[in-house]
Amino acid sequence: MIIQGLAFYLFSLVAVVSAVMVISARNPVHSVLFLILTFFNAAGLFVLSGAEFLAMILVIVYVGAVAVMFLFVVMMLDINFAELREGFLRYLPIGGLVGFILLAELLIILGGWTLAPEAAATAAAPVQASVSNTHALGQILYTRYLYLFQVAGMILLIAMVGAIVLTLRRRQGVRRQSISEQVARDPKACIEVRKIPTGRGI
Amino acid sequence: MFEIGLSHYLSVAAILFAIGIFGIFLNRKNIIVILMSVELMLLAVNINFVSFATALNDLVGQVFAMFVLTVAAAEAAIGLAILVIYFRNRGTIAVEDINLMKG
Repeated sequence: MIIQGLAFYLFSLVAVVSAVMVISARNPVHSVLFLILTFFNAAGLFVLSGAEFLAMILVIVYVGAVAVMFLFVVMMLDINFAELREGFLRYLPIGGLVGFILLAELLIILGGWTLAPEAAATAAAPVQASVSNTHALGQILYTRYLYLFQVAGMILLIAMVGAIVLTLRRRQGVRRQSISEQVARDPKACIEVRKIPTGRGI
Repeated sequence: MFEIGLSHYLSVAAILFAIGIFGIFLNRKNIIVILMSVELMLLAVNINFVSFATALNDLVGQVFAMFVLTVAAAEAAIGLAILVIYFRNRGTIAVEDINLMKG
């Protein structure tokens, strides 16, 4: 129990500190790397609360795909980041005020809040101790939530198509290979056989 | 103190969410950091879902957290694509310049 508590405090402390570094780092590349650290620690918190599959998904999808995509965009765009940091101090008081008020409200709600005693009995899909987390998630996801799962796939497909359509650019003046045009070429239209008399040239 | 319950997880999620809001205010000009702040807020929401799923012994919270992950990934992809074409057209990513569509 003590080890679990220590692990919780370690993960949450590192997650919060690196989240602060995400928004305050001077260099956006460092921001992305701290974001990755935050995701790793959140994955640790997920493991602690018994959601191993989601923890792995978080590491694979977020660290492996989304954060690397952020890193890619940050490094690909040639941006003067010092210019973008103007107004950092100007917005500090109002942002700090809003964030502090929000945090205070959330913590006040947490302080005076209890779970209804009958809430535990209303679980739609109770966790069985005999089945592993991944197995149980698969059982419920592919049966009861099949349509939602398909919709999630459609959302990802649409996002992929949208991102490709948005960023695809046909540049003018670049010679491209068009296989169908090449295959459809007629030899008669392209090659002309001429009789050349000897010693005269064309 | 070492007895970790639901409220501990909810507190961490609340702190992360507030940091996300704070980051949006703080980096008003840098849309990349704004997108990262949105990711932080979605992460906080996911921590809430998972901790409630554990506290109520209910798997549906984890299923919903997975859908939130899906939507967050799609949002990041589309947002970064818009960012790339905006940079290609304007040569900057300052958010304050994105008011060309105003009438």
